[in-house]
Amino acid sequence: MIHISELHASVGEKEILKGISLEIAAGEIHAIMGPNGSGKSTLAQVLAGHPGYEVTAGTVTYNGQDLLAMDPEERAQAGVFLAFQYPVEIPGVSNAYFLRSAYNEIRKARGEAEADPLEFLDIVSERLKLVDLDEAMLNRSVNAGFSGGEKKRNEILQLAVLDPRFAILDETDSGLDIDALRIVADGVNRLRRKDNAFLVVTHYQRLLNYIVPDRVHVLVDGRIARSGGKELALELEERGYDWVTAEPVAGV
Amino acid sequence: MSSEIELLVNKDYQYGFSTDIEADALPPGLNEGVVRAISERKREPEWMLEWRLKAFRRWQQMTEPHWSNVNYPAIDYQAISYYSAPRTAKPLGSLDELDPKIRDTYDRLGIPLHEQKLLAGVAVDAVFDSVSVGTTYKEELRKHGVIFCSFGEAVQEHPELVRRYLGSVVPYSDNFFAALNSAVFSDGSFVYVPKGVRCPMELSTYFRINAADTGQFERTLIVADEGAYVSYLEGCTAPKRSTNQLHAAVVELVALDRATVKYSTVQNWYAGDEEGRGGIFNFVTKRGKAFAGSKISWTQVETGSAITWKYPSVILQGDHATGEFYSVAVVNNHQQADTGTKMIHVGRNTKSTIVSKGISAGRGNNSYRGQVKVLPKAANARNYTQCDSMLIGNRCGAHTFPYVEVQNNTAIVEHEASTSKIGEDQIFYCKARGLSGEQAVSMIVSGFCREVFKELPMEFALEAQQLLGITLEGSVG
Repeated sequence: MIHISELHASVGEKEILKGISLEIAAGEIHAIMGPNGSGKSTLAQVLAGHPGYEVTAGTVTYNGQDLLAMDPEERAQAGVFLAFQYPVEIPGVSNAYFLRSAYNEIRKARGEAEADPLEFLDIVSERLKLVDLDEAMLNRSVNAGFSGGEKKRNEILQLAVLDPRFAILDETDSGLDIDALRIVADGVNRLRRKDNAFLVVTHYQRLLNYIVPDRVHVLVDGRIARSGGKELALELEERGYDWVTAEPVAGV
Repeated sequence: MSSEIELLVNKDYQYGFSTDIEADALPPGLNEGVVRAISERKREPEWMLEWRLKAFRRWQQMTEPHWSNVNYPAIDYQAISYYSAPRTAKPLGSLDELDPKIRDTYDRLGIPLHEQKLLAGVAVDAVFDSVSVGTTYKEELRKHGVIFCSFGEAVQEHPELVRRYLGSVVPYSDNFFAALNSAVFSDGSFVYVPKGVRCPMELSTYFRINAADTGQFERTLIVADEGAYVSYLEGCTAPKRSTNQLHAAVVELVALDRATVKYSTVQNWYAGDEEGRGGIFNFVTKRGKAFAGSKISWTQVETGSAITWKYPSVILQGDHATGEFYSVAVVNNHQQADTGTKMIHVGRNTKSTIVSKGISAGRGNNSYRGQVKVLPKAANARNYTQCDSMLIGNRCGAHTFPYVEVQNNTAIVEHEASTSKIGEDQIFYCKARGLSGEQAVSMIVSGFCREVFKELPMEFALEAQQLLGITLEGSVG
């Protein structure tokens, strides 16, 4: 599905990603963990195409396409999705309109018919249940005045409606209480299929109790310091990130 | 700032063409003779000429005001021609007699004057340079007793109404530009809705400046008699020309007891080029007088003009009168706008609402200037003002000048203000959901203006969105 090779990226003069290689196959969930400032969110943003980061070296191939050559909207239309760590507010634009516009752009790119407001309402109503959100939130402005938990659930609602092939969850768990965390994780688990893949970025092991990853990668200072199975997350929880930092870099 | 946003706000002015038509124009210059010549061409009665001359003499004693937050080269009032009419503009028996070139002009502007082609429910008066060239749906309106005609026609056919209300809201001595307009105004629209009548369709005037080096000075007078209702729309465009042109209009609204007047403007005069050359100087006086239990509502979308100087206001004369002002003002390149409103509370239990949205891009400079005045007898007056600015890029400016003067301690006056910037983060968020940069900006801007757009009649809301260079079907309403 996605193949990242020796990826380097910087902001201004400062290099943040210092050679990341990673391969995720369809049907897999990978987790990226690591201390603050290790480059986890940068990796998520670079994959989605944020213009604030400059890719200085490396390649990313997504279903045979050169992902880095694509505009952010082309990536989204091709099935890449980023659940934002800090979802952005757009006052005055209703959630329903925003979501339907996005949905239709992606349908158009796939050569499918656009949904009119009524058809779309059917689609979205069913998806709302998945994240336990009320229909009333469709008429509210995009993320404006949402609580932290609502914003995160709204990201997962978008994920559910847009049905991406490759979804990146950037610290979706941060700021969620245990109930909201469970709702979000349940949603993701139900969306999991053989033909899609997830990259879950998280600081804590907690989320991985609910979304069980196939692989865990530990990012330290812009490099993958260690990779392993789901047990690696538990080991990190026990021993802390210093343990990884102190060890020599293992082969990825 | 992303070049994408700049490209979008820098879309070409598509109304910049001019029509090659023979005109009957007065030579440049202004003196009493010119005022007389205009009046004579319009075959006006003596009282009208007298009024013009009083205004002209007053204007001669006045000086151009410079308190607004705009800069422009001195206007040479002697270099302007004060009257230009299409040569063929004789009184028309019907719209079919209209010069095809003028009709084509309106077709290109998207304003067909063939009645059968018009959107149902909108009657149009078209003003080309100095004169009205045609009013549609006249007969239909007459059935309901509604008078909708050019100002010139009203002076001839309804002199008693014109004499009673002309200058009753904006006296000729009101200000420099109003005095100038009163002296030389050439045409405009006149509306009278009788007692208790709800005007069956939207009324609309489309103003077009065509001739070069000509000023346009139209005058609109709308009177809604007791309990009447009327919604009126105004649109404006002009060709691209490298010199500045002066537009100094006066609009007077009268809402008698329990009447409602809703006045909407989409102003898209030529704004000048990217370097700030050319464009219309838009110095306009708009004011309404609201009597007991009546309501006057101004909605404006200002995207054009090199300079805008405009404060649609309401004098809340009667008890329980309501005044509203909803405004979107967009400036780009070197455009300057100093716009806002005045709400003068005279009667008791009067209420006013002000919602102003300013968008600044390029090197544009946008100022909101608003006055809320509560006079001693206006017990329980209530005002709410919300004033939001959005900045696109780093070289533009947004300013707010609120003046609040309260002379009755039962009044409640609120003012809220905010300034925001279209962020890369907002745009990236939209793009990450599959939307193009253009869709993203359009969505963000329309969301910002939503409270104002929803006040516009549907057809106009769509035009307003297009004017902002955006397509946003569905998000408005």
